[in-house]
Amino acid sequence: MIDQVTVFLENSTGHLAALCKALGDAGVSMHALTVADTASYGVVRIIADEPARAYEVLNAQGFRASLTKVYAVEVADEPGGLARLLESLDTADINVEYAYCFSTNANKAVDVLRLSAAEGAEEAIAAAGCRLLTPDELYS
Amino acid sequence: MNIQQRAAQPIFNPKFECASRDEIRCFQLQELRKQVAWAYEKVDYYRQNLDAAGIEPGDIKGFEDFSKLPLTDKTALRDNYPYGLFAVPLDQIIRIHASSGTTGKPIVVGYTRQDVEEWRYCIMAMIQQAGVVPGDRAQMAFGYGMFTGGFGLHYGLEGLGCMMIPASAGNTERHLMMIEDYGTTVLVATPSYAMHICEVGEELGFDWQKSTLRVGLFGGEPCPPKLKSEIEKRMYITCTDNYGLTEVMGPGVSGECLTSRDQQHIMEDHFYWEVIDPESGAVLPEGAEGELVLTPLQKQGVPLLRYRTHDLTSVTTVPCGCGRTTARMNKVRHRSDDMLIIRGTNVYPSQIEDVLADVEGASAHYRLLVDDETGLDRLTVMLELLPFAFTDSFAEMESFRVQVADKLKGVLQVSVEVKLVEPGSIERTMGKTQHLEDKRKR
Repeated sequence: MIDQVTVFLENSTGHLAALCKALGDAGVSMHALTVADTASYGVVRIIADEPARAYEVLNAQGFRASLTKVYAVEVADEPGGLARLLESLDTADINVEYAYCFSTNANKAVDVLRLSAAEGAEEAIAAAGCRLLTPDELYS
Repeated sequence: MNIQQRAAQPIFNPKFECASRDEIRCFQLQELRKQVAWAYEKVDYYRQNLDAAGIEPGDIKGFEDFSKLPLTDKTALRDNYPYGLFAVPLDQIIRIHASSGTTGKPIVVGYTRQDVEEWRYCIMAMIQQAGVVPGDRAQMAFGYGMFTGGFGLHYGLEGLGCMMIPASAGNTERHLMMIEDYGTTVLVATPSYAMHICEVGEELGFDWQKSTLRVGLFGGEPCPPKLKSEIEKRMYITCTDNYGLTEVMGPGVSGECLTSRDQQHIMEDHFYWEVIDPESGAVLPEGAEGELVLTPLQKQGVPLLRYRTHDLTSVTTVPCGCGRTTARMNKVRHRSDDMLIIRGTNVYPSQIEDVLADVEGASAHYRLLVDDETGLDRLTVMLELLPFAFTDSFAEMESFRVQVADKLKGVLQVSVEVKLVEPGSIERTMGKTQHLEDKRKR
C-alpha cells in the first residue's frame, strides 16, 4: 500500500494554487492529483514522491492534510484492463470507495484504489493479473 | 486605609463589599439623588428630558421614583457627539475615550480627575476579586488607544501594585517571548486573542505548564464557557472575565470572583443597576432575565441616567460564597440588539455557540453569515475542523456536517447551512471578535 496525501480545501479562489505552490516551493513532485468537491468544500488527493514531507509541509502552512493508505495497481493500458480488476474485487466482495487512474508510460496505467476492506484485496488484485506497486516503484 | 493595606487583604473594600443589603441600598439612593441633580443641573439633554417628563431631581425619594426617569440610549451619545453630554468645561476633563463605533460615528466619553480615580478604584477591586495580588506581573495584550480596556486595566493594575508590562496588542511571538523572559503572571487580553497566543505558543513548542502565567483577565468581548475552560486547560491558568462598557466608564463595572465562576459582582458602590423588559421598558423583579440598565453613581464628566446596555442578563443579591454581598449578574451571553430574525424565528448567536461547544471535532472558532440571495433568509455557520475530525471519506465528513446542522435546527427551530472551512481561515482578532456578517439587502 502507498501513502496518499489528502487535503481539505475550501471552495474559494486561489486555494488550490496556494496548495500546489507550497508543494512546489518545498520541491515535492506530484504524480497525480484529483479534486472532488461538494457545494462548499473539496478534498484534494495527491500522489507525491515524498508523501510524508508533503504532509508536513502542508500542515505547517496551515492546510488540513492527512495521509491515507491506498492501493496503487499497475494495469495494462488496453481496453478492458480496469474492468477485469474491478470484477475481481467485486467477486471478492470488496467495494471501491474511490479510484483514479494515471498513465506512466505508453502501455501501463496506474490505478489508485481506496478499498472498503484490506482482507483478500491483494489476492483479488493478483487474480485479475495485475500487480501491486510498492512505494519505491511508484515514487521513483 | 491606604491602597497598600487594602491590597493586602482578601477583599479590597470589605466595609462596602460585605455590607448588608440595606446599607448598600441606602448608600446607592443617596448617591443616585446627587447624581440626578448633577445631570439635571449641568446637562441640557437631561434637563429637557426630565422637564418633559414632569420630574424634578427633588422628586426622587426612592428607587421607584428613579425608575420613572426616561431611559438613555446610545443614540443620545451619538446625537450629541462629541461633547454635547459633558457636564463640566473641557479644561476639567483630563482624558477622553471613544467606543469602537462599528456602526456610524463613535461615541466619546470624558473623565475628570475624580472620574479617573473612581475608575482606578473599580479596577483594583475587580482584579483583586479575580485573584490578582500586589507584585503580580501583568502583561497587557489590549491595545492602548481610544478603547477603554488598555488604559483602564493598566492604571488599576499599577494602582494595586502590580508590575505593568505594557506590551499592547499584536505581535504574538513577542508576547510569548515577554511572558517567558519577564516572568509574566497575569495576562490581560480578549479571550479569543488569549486562545491565539496559546495556539501559537503550542506550535512553537512553548511549555505552558512550566510558564509563570497564572491568571487571565479577559474582557472586550463575551467569553464563551467552552473557550474559557479550553484556555484554562491548555495554558494552565485561571481565567476570569470582567464586564464593562465605554459609555458608563469602561471595564470595571463587574467582574468574576473565584467562587461564582459564571457570575460577576457588580461594583455597586459605583453603579446602580436595574433589569428591564427590553420591549416595554418596565423594571423586572430580581432574578428575571432582561436588559441591564446602569447608572454610574459618581460620574462627573459625562453623567448617564438609566443607560440601556442592550446586554441581557439577570441579577441576584443573594450573598456570595466569597463573602461579598454585592449583587452578582449572570455573564452576558447575548444582547437584545444582536438577535437575528431568520425567516421569522428569533436566533441569538450565543445559542449557536452553545450547540457548537458540544460538537466534538469543531474548534471554538466559528463565523455566521446571513444573506437573502435566494430570496429567503439564509443563515450559514462556518466551522473550522479540528485535525481529528478531518477524514478522507466524504461520507463521514458529510455525516459530520449534517449532524451539526441537525443539532442546530433542533435548538434554533430554523434550518441552517453548515459549511466546513479550513483551520485558521476564521480571523483571530485582538479586539472584539466579529462573528456575524449580515448581508441581507432588505
